[in-house]
Amino acid sequence: MATDTHGAETHAADAAHAAAEAGMPQLDFATFPNQIFWLLVTLVVIYFVLSKIALPRISSVLAERSGTIMNDISAAEELKLKAKEAEEAYNAALAEAKAKAQQIAGEARAAIQADLDAATAKADAQIAAKAAESEKAIAAIRDGAMDSVKDVAKETAKELVAAMGSTADGRTINAAVTARLKG
Amino acid sequence: MATEAHGSESSLVFHPMDQFKVTPLFGDGPVHWYTITNVTLWMALAVVGVILLLVVGSRSRSIVPTKGQSVAELTYGFVYKMIEDVTGKDAVKYFPYVMTLFIFIVFSNMLGLLPLSFTTTSHIAVTGVLALLVFVFVTVLGFVKNGSKFLALFWVSSAPMAVRPLLAVIELISYFVRPVSHSIRLAGNMMAGHAVIKVFAGFAAIAAISPVSILAITAMYGLEILVAFIQAYVFTILTCVYLKDALHPVH
Amino acid sequence: MEGNIAELGKYIGVGLTAIGMGGAAMGVGNVAGNYLSGALRNPSAAASQTATLFIGMAFAEALGIFSFLVALLLMFAV
Repeated sequence: MATDTHGAETHAADAAHAAAEAGMPQLDFATFPNQIFWLLVTLVVIYFVLSKIALPRISSVLAERSGTIMNDISAAEELKLKAKEAEEAYNAALAEAKAKAQQIAGEARAAIQADLDAATAKADAQIAAKAAESEKAIAAIRDGAMDSVKDVAKETAKELVAAMGSTADGRTINAAVTARLKG
Repeated sequence: MATEAHGSESSLVFHPMDQFKVTPLFGDGPVHWYTITNVTLWMALAVVGVILLLVVGSRSRSIVPTKGQSVAELTYGFVYKMIEDVTGKDAVKYFPYVMTLFIFIVFSNMLGLLPLSFTTTSHIAVTGVLALLVFVFVTVLGFVKNGSKFLALFWVSSAPMAVRPLLAVIELISYFVRPVSHSIRLAGNMMAGHAVIKVFAGFAAIAAISPVSILAITAMYGLEILVAFIQAYVFTILTCVYLKDALHPVH
Repeated sequence: MEGNIAELGKYIGVGLTAIGMGGAAMGVGNVAGNYLSGALRNPSAAASQTATLFIGMAFAEALGIFSFLVALLLMFAV
């Protein structure tokens, strides 16, 4: 019995070998251990190369790249924000400067006005003073002239009286002239 | 070789399956499990390709990626998005495992398209181990995460009570067929494409139809590049779907 | 031109099995066509369903690949 099965087994193996010889190397079971051994070696090598070196490296590169892209985008966003802020600050500064300029101009105008007013007032006062002085002088001159006229009139009256051949005392003539001038 | 002797009699020589032979790289002895064979060579080339793309390509770690780095990042993003969309955000911790499967299958398929190369993923042994790894991983993960609730996957609660046992049997069968279809799909696609190209190449021996044959090879080659990528994509996305079943076994 | 009847049956069987791949072709075409008509009706939902499209295509194609495998097994292994 045992020899019988053994014989059958060897016969089957022979048949398989013959089949392989005839055409299908895939069914040559004698080469199976060889192929399986080298396949397992290959798979283990590839697995370790991939899981220890290649895949972590590639995934880190991909992560780094997406990180860089994210950073760049956020940096661009930040820069944009900064630019906006700068523009706003510029606008604010501009508005402030304008306001200040306006204020300064107003102040300057006011100061000038004040100076002008002061100068005008001073000039007015001076003019007024001068005018008063002049008036006084004129009045003095007029008074002087009146007196001169009086003197001249008295002299002339005295001379006229003398020329007409009568003598009149000075007092009478003076009174008459004064009355005449007043009248 | 019997086929060779047979082929030399007729004018056409077809050896469409010779390209899948596993042979020792040095010497001509038997293939032991430790023998360095063409399987070893092409798997090692796949590893070199992976390292060139994902490690050397991304070594500069630049913010503005170079060409190689953007391809590496594209691959990373492709698989990452797939697992996130199909399986959910909580499955992201299994991402290295899924990425290993995807990148290995893509590189094996693409390297297999080089002339005179050996396609490791055209062997049932290789794809069977890949699919069984996924199957065992998903089943164990399902039971660890959900306990006996994982069995709700087979108990279709939205169906009428009468048909539920029947559906449970069907679901159970389909669950256990998963690794079979998962592995044979990949190996079969790879094998079929390469065998068809080889058959067309055999026709090129006849001078009259060799231009047609070359055109056909070119067209098939274009299709095979598409298939090589799509099969890797399908394998990965089905892994994601199975993972989703393990993490959220609501039917 | 001598041969045995088992060889004959084997090759006939391989040919019959290869018809199964035609079914897979129709299945894949059906998936793609229905996806396209749906996508043209509602283009905004199309992008989110490409994964489903490929999963459906893979399932339809797997069965064709099974028949291809059976053909290969018949041809080379039996």
